[in-house]
Amino acid sequence: MSETDAAIAEICERFGNDRTRLMDIVAAVQADRGGVDGSALDAIASAVGVPRVEVESLVTFYAFFSDRPKGGIVIRLCDDIIDEMFGAGKVERAFREALEIGIGETTPDGRITLERAPCIGLCDQAPAALINDVPVTYLSGDRAREMVAELKQHGDPRKLVHRLGDGNNAHPRVRSMVHNGIRKRGAVIFAEMERGAALRRALAMSPVEVIRDIKTSRLRGRGGAGFPTGMKWDFTRAAEADRKFVFCNADEGEPGTFKDRVILTECPDLLFEGMTIAGYAIGATEGIVYLRGEYAYLREFLEEVLEQRRKDGLLGKSLPGRPEAAFDIRIQMGAGAYICGEETALISSCEGLRGDPKNRPPFPAQRGYLGFPTCVNNVETLCCAARILEKGPGWFAELGSKGSPGTKLLSVSGDCSIPGVYEVPFGIRLDALLEMVGAPNAAAVQVGGPSGRLVGPDEFKRMICYDHLATGGSVMVFGPQRDLLHVVERFMDFFVEESCGYCTPCRVGNVLLRQKVADFRAGRGAASDFAWIEELGDTMKTASRCGLGQTSANPVLSSLQAFRDLYESRLGPDRGDAFLPAFDIRGALAESERLAGRASVVYTGGEGEG
Amino acid sequence: MSKTFTLTIDNTAVKAEPGWTILQAADAAGVYIPRLCGHKDLVPHGSCRVCTVLVNGRPQSACTTPATPGMVVDTATDELKEHRKRLIEMLFVEGNHFCMFCERSGGCELQALGYRFGMLSPRYPYQFPVREVDASHPDVMVDRNRCILCGRCVRASRDLDGRSAFQFVGRGPEKRIAFNAADGLGGTDIEAADRAVEVCPVGAILRKREGYRVPIGQRPYDRDPIGSDIEAKAAAAAGAGEED
Ligand SMILES: Cc1cc2nc3c(=O)[nH]c(=O)nc-3n(C[C@H](O)[C@H](O)[C@H](O)COP(=O)(O)O)c2cc1C
Ligand code: SF4
Ligand code: FES
Repeated sequence: MSETDAAIAEICERFGNDRTRLMDIVAAVQADRGGVDGSALDAIASAVGVPRVEVESLVTFYAFFSDRPKGGIVIRLCDDIIDEMFGAGKVERAFREALEIGIGETTPDGRITLERAPCIGLCDQAPAALINDVPVTYLSGDRAREMVAELKQHGDPRKLVHRLGDGNNAHPRVRSMVHNGIRKRGAVIFAEMERGAALRRALAMSPVEVIRDIKTSRLRGRGGAGFPTGMKWDFTRAAEADRKFVFCNADEGEPGTFKDRVILTECPDLLFEGMTIAGYAIGATEGIVYLRGEYAYLREFLEEVLEQRRKDGLLGKSLPGRPEAAFDIRIQMGAGAYICGEETALISSCEGLRGDPKNRPPFPAQRGYLGFPTCVNNVETLCCAARILEKGPGWFAELGSKGSPGTKLLSVSGDCSIPGVYEVPFGIRLDALLEMVGAPNAAAVQVGGPSGRLVGPDEFKRMICYDHLATGGSVMVFGPQRDLLHVVERFMDFFVEESCGYCTPCRVGNVLLRQKVADFRAGRGAASDFAWIEELGDTMKTASRCGLGQTSANPVLSSLQAFRDLYESRLGPDRGDAFLPAFDIRGALAESERLAGRASVVYTGGEGEG
Repeated sequence: MSKTFTLTIDNTAVKAEPGWTILQAADAAGVYIPRLCGHKDLVPHGSCRVCTVLVNGRPQSACTTPATPGMVVDTATDELKEHRKRLIEMLFVEGNHFCMFCERSGGCELQALGYRFGMLSPRYPYQFPVREVDASHPDVMVDRNRCILCGRCVRASRDLDGRSAFQFVGRGPEKRIAFNAADGLGGTDIEAADRAVEVCPVGAILRKREGYRVPIGQRPYDRDPIGSDIEAKAAAAAGAGEED
């Protein structure tokens, strides 16, 4: 066995040569060797006992893994639309010039790799980037050049942090320059908390009573889909099995969403308490937090909070006053894949697989992680659950609007003067929110991230809640100076990049829609394209296998609905021939003309031969 | 069998056994639901979405959804047929499918569905992707230009051949079929007789030296459209009466 093989074997051993821990194994090998090349694939495969192509399949799925070696330092520039609006292009140019490499390349000395990444959850501090695990915010071209100089000197991304952020961002286990940006505190999430109080109240009740309280509160999922939480807990409780799991979805990948980041930084006890209560209620003893790879800088801190809760008897082999009830939590790191926020893809990932969603039925509550009943909830949902047990379901149901009780965390970014996180009661009108965030002249707002809707001023009077403008937390504001079709195109770039590729409508449909938007932007739209777009969007919505493809046509469909005139202004000229404007005869001929060495007689008026 | 139950498919009461999917129940009743990734000898995959039907009014893939008592299934509304046709067209433009000189012409399930749905030319622009061919194996070749990512070979090799020679790598539009060897197909232990080779619905996995062996006119779908075998069962089943 070679030395590297031995090192890999040791890593695999550390995870019990367990194929379900392939995410951790591959992440460790990636960190150790800068990539998982062919020989590493073989070494992992033989240690874990799976075909090598299975390991390759996983490695090539996640953006943070690579089958080719990368530098010891990887710079990931956030390239979402908000960062672009705030100058990410200049920052990228500065990095490229200072490093003398392009995107996707590594410096000749093999030390630094430059990449782009979709939303890293820092839109309110844009432009931002991740340098290995270290988030760097409010970038500029000058700052980029300075950072490259510093990195060349000391090679340690952590030393780039000169000023610490507020709150726990300055905690010794975090030491990050990130700011919380909490602009408004509500009664549910950002209120004072007495550690253990909610848990003790829950444990004094029977599990059935706990679930009854959650149902009475009418709490609905905060992760986007809005499923009634009490019902989900009930289903998972009712499923018969030896083991059950509580999963916390901390993948927070929807562009423009960064509220879970702030909860994880400032309210981890509330979250862990909610998970423990969920475990007690459904009869699960094991919990997993799926933490997106972009938030790895919070991991040590969260581990410490967990350890403290174990020491205080709030987690572990028994729970306060309930020696028969055990519950513990571990953190599973993601590795750069938006789709892993989809609950069944998240489960696949935790099982050491590609982040492909699973077929439903069976639903996770029936058969989830490793085949056991699994309850997946969003970070904020679990925090709400803890607060409901502390303060009572009636208190919670009084907050917010009728169909949408409670408060909601909104992450606001874009063209507004006070971006950040707002805890507001559900039912707040969009125009009231825009006033609060300092965006009196907004021309359009993307509510719910790219998979949500682009709304225009006509709809600013509508309420933010499950029944009107629904959002998992993302609110992106666009001023009148923005090219909305460009925004739509960038959202489609995102979906093309992030589709898992499993099913036809999503894998192909997103590419086709993106192409069509590009056609319009180039002034090559045709009147018949409107129906074409709606039909394709309908098929994607109807036939896609998971929520990604079912919603990824939304940027085009909703902008077409709210801003049809934008599309109409880009219709191509009707040239009176049978060709659609999208068919660029000149472009199609160019290569033939080049090969033939002469211009087309018919279309370019070139000279015929002889 | 005692546990047999009834569901409704296209307004007709149909019998099913516990454990059957909607697709299996429809097959047994002689109702053909188009499919590409589904195959009778393989565990369902649910990726092509061509089998999408309405279950109590909601779209579901028939190949993965268990049949349950009292379920009401519609398989062929005008809208569903439109969705299916669009999916087939998407698969056509996504790859490079040149039926006129493909060895599988006449036996290709994608082509056969194109004919069945009356597709003349796809409404979507061809993507003309650049994809690799692997001819490194002495008896089998893989042409990714024609691959529709149905995953039949992955499942057949793993579950029927016991080899796991195939798996997907990459994601999104970059997703492609790969082999369990550093040096390509030739490095795997597959054999020409493997089920994985035979189950490919298109001309992406081919046995070498066998192309065009079946004359035009005698190829599987030359005479009857795809699905005719299943539809023929409807008449037979109606005639057979209560044999169980
Ligand atoms: C493509 C996709 C991405 C998703 N990303 C997230 C996410 O990052 N966080 C989250 O909580 N839910 C996400 N969801 C929703 C989850 O599938 C699931 O509904 C949610 O975690 C359930 O928790 P809740 O009921 O508490 O909201 C996503 C769904 C889809 C389809
Ligand atoms: S809709 Fe299909 S391709 Fe898209 S992410 Fe879901 S399973 Fe993957
Ligand atoms: S046959 Fe059902 S999805 Fe392909």
